[in-house]
Amino acid sequence: MMRLRRILPLLCMLLAMIADAAADLAEGLDKLKSSNFKHKAEAVTLVADSGDARGAQILQALLDGRLYIRRADQLVVIVADNAATTELLDAATGAALGTAAKSDLKKIAINNQMRLGLRASLARLSLGDPDPDARLAAVHALIAAPSEQTQVMLRDAQKTETDERVKRAMAVVAALADFDDESPAARLAAVETVRGSMLGEVRNRLATLVEENADGSPVEPDAAVRAAAGAAIRDIDAARARYEFIETLFFGLSLGFVLVLAATGLAITFGVMGVINMAHGELMMLGAYTVYVVQQLMPNHLEWSIAVAIPLAFIVAGLVGILIERGVVRFLYGRPLETLLATFGISLFLQQTVRSIFSPLNRAVATPEWMSGQVVISDALALTANRLYIIVFSVLVFAALLALLRFTPLGLQVRAVAQNRAMARAMGVRAGWIDAMTFGLGSGVAGLAGVALSQLTNVGPNLGQAYIIDSFMVVVFGGVGNLWGTLVAGLGLGIANKFLEPYSGAVLAKILVLVFIILFIQKRPRGLFPQRGRSAEA
Amino acid sequence: MSAGPLSSRFDRRADVLVGGLIVLVGVLVPLLNLLTPVDSPLHLSTYTVTLVGKYLCYALLALAVDLVWGYCGILSLGHGAFFALGGYAMGMYLMRQIGDRGVYGNADLPDFMVFLNWDSLPWYWHGFEHFPFAMAMVLLVPGLLAFVFGWFAFRSRVTGVYLSIITQALTYALLLAFFRNEMGFGGNNGLTDFKDLLGFDLKADSTRCALFAASALALLGGYALCRTIVNSKLGRVVVAIRDAEDRARFIGYRVEHFKVWIFTLSAVLAGIAGALYVPQVGIINPGEFSPLNSIELVIWVAVGGRGTLYGAIIGALTVNFAKTLFTGALPELWLFVLGAMFVLVTLLLPRGIAGLLKRGEAA
Repeated sequence: MMRLRRILPLLCMLLAMIADAAADLAEGLDKLKSSNFKHKAEAVTLVADSGDARGAQILQALLDGRLYIRRADQLVVIVADNAATTELLDAATGAALGTAAKSDLKKIAINNQMRLGLRASLARLSLGDPDPDARLAAVHALIAAPSEQTQVMLRDAQKTETDERVKRAMAVVAALADFDDESPAARLAAVETVRGSMLGEVRNRLATLVEENADGSPVEPDAAVRAAAGAAIRDIDAARARYEFIETLFFGLSLGFVLVLAATGLAITFGVMGVINMAHGELMMLGAYTVYVVQQLMPNHLEWSIAVAIPLAFIVAGLVGILIERGVVRFLYGRPLETLLATFGISLFLQQTVRSIFSPLNRAVATPEWMSGQVVISDALALTANRLYIIVFSVLVFAALLALLRFTPLGLQVRAVAQNRAMARAMGVRAGWIDAMTFGLGSGVAGLAGVALSQLTNVGPNLGQAYIIDSFMVVVFGGVGNLWGTLVAGLGLGIANKFLEPYSGAVLAKILVLVFIILFIQKRPRGLFPQRGRSAEA
Repeated sequence: MSAGPLSSRFDRRADVLVGGLIVLVGVLVPLLNLLTPVDSPLHLSTYTVTLVGKYLCYALLALAVDLVWGYCGILSLGHGAFFALGGYAMGMYLMRQIGDRGVYGNADLPDFMVFLNWDSLPWYWHGFEHFPFAMAMVLLVPGLLAFVFGWFAFRSRVTGVYLSIITQALTYALLLAFFRNEMGFGGNNGLTDFKDLLGFDLKADSTRCALFAASALALLGGYALCRTIVNSKLGRVVVAIRDAEDRARFIGYRVEHFKVWIFTLSAVLAGIAGALYVPQVGIINPGEFSPLNSIELVIWVAVGGRGTLYGAIIGALTVNFAKTLFTGALPELWLFVLGAMFVLVTLLLPRGIAGLLKRGEAA
């Protein structure tokens, strides 16, 4: 009996394939004109099974509400775009039919039940898609409507499938239909098949197997199946906990690297030069606005905008930084508190300038196509691509900066001036010029941080303020004058923040981290990696 | 150094002048408001009285900052936090005075707690219905926080910009905390809708004038206290710590003790300023904790001239008067002016207006 039930639809499908595809399509389209939803549903199956290449397009149009009947000749047409223009395509042949007024057309209405069927049919059609990702999505879409028919179809497709991931997904979804099988052996085999899959539906179906009825008797009569289902659930839960951990770690790392990026510029000006630059946040803001302006100037080449904006942001922020150093900061060396106040004034100035030019409202910065979307690691773990890119970007910037300070003549001179200004000058280093370059470098890195931030948050005049205190915390926590300290501190704080969040909420996590740093500074006033020196008065 | 602890002749004259002016304003402004008819050219509107009253509170706050920064060399970027804490203590008393006159008519709970579905008063709100208790808290809460914070910070020899940054972190952490509804301080909206103080209607002109006079009195008292301290032996040690902390330590002074002392006293003064400020403006919200506010008040002192005390008062009054003018007429220009003030004062006028006056006197 079982066998017959499985074979029957297969036979039907074979028959359908033999039949002339075009005739089926024509019949299906004809049936779609009916006002009876039952007839329409049959029509959908006919179109889907016709094997005609146009089937998917027609069904998609129907699902999107773009399939119409032309009143004049009762021809089924696809409207190219649902909005203002009404360009028509012949549904049966795909031929262009020119435009028509909406009043000349009658929409083919569908109901919710049809929508479900349509999606399943579309998914079935997509199983033959040449793109493995599309096939995988189609298999996942079929989970919602398990039936004998889909099961047979999936098992069938599995035989010819070449992609391992798709093959595995097909086996899992097909096995789900066996959960209701009468024979315990089949159910047990199904449970074993789905074991290890991270799909949400699998966990739900497994859970129904270990539930108890109202009278306390188990839903699943067979003990072996119950045990297997229980073990599978434990597997899934453990894997989920693992993935959650990885995800939190990833978010922590991404926040941490943003902090590192924001703080490295500060670590250079504050650490190497001993200058407190309160306008650092506003230099980041300038970097973010550079991205915005670049995108406004080249709206048709968004994918290149970031590549253009990165060097430009570095230059813009760097130049403003040099201007600040030459105009204000150089008169205040050795008076850190005054520098702090003066640069704070500059930060207000920059904020208001941006507010006057770009309005106080937040500006939207587009994310290029290649940076958006997700990187799928497994069914339960997908990482946002732009955060990954930002991590990579931060690492590159950090490495470049280290290399610059270590291996170039400029870096050598910067370090010399930082260590002993008078001696460096005696050796012929132009200390004033080095100061300007160092400040410009730190500011340029701030501009780069702004580019990264523009991909994460809104770009507005207050962008810098939100990060300045965090950046200072990172530098102070890591130890002034030590880029590695900044790296460790930034990552540590970012990860700590993200791991605290689920327990305490975002705001409290931030407060806890701040309080921790305040206490930490009491214990180690010079940060994690203090600079060693001989002076009694630091 | 003109800002030494020994009062110069100029300083003594400035003391008399500033003290006299405070008394004059404290008496004259309420009188001009209460005793003159509304249409008389001499009449001062209640709005003006409140505005000037606000300035006097700011002046007291600036005085507190000048004491730690100008004389002890501690640049606190978190003094706004002590001001706000004093304000919250006063606000809690005023909230409890509303009683059942709130929107929900609940005699036991302030409106925002009813709104959050709380069924009883949190423990830290108890006692605030009594005026003496609330006033004790105005002094104690900022004082205690400053004492604990200062004790740890100064003992571990956190100095200079590090101290500035962690004081900023302190006020930022408090800002975030007070924004939370769960804290029980009204969250985002803060405390407002006050009705009366000690039974006097807060909207009445006479109450406003009494508050104004109280602010003037507090400023005068604070000024006298600060002057006494900086002229005393203690004051000289504090200045020595400012100029050469390690030498003062080597000589044998317990530098931390002096610093904690001055820092705590300054926080208490800031708390008093906050407590007088809240009933006059009628609201206290977490925005007062914002790091920007704390930095802004440092610039009042810098503009007026630090290390002089009267300079702080002059600075607070000038900058805030300018702020009122600009935010009324050309609001988008105000940040430019404020920013320019920061830069120009630090670059060209490190002794502030007071230094300018003094130089004019000497010439």
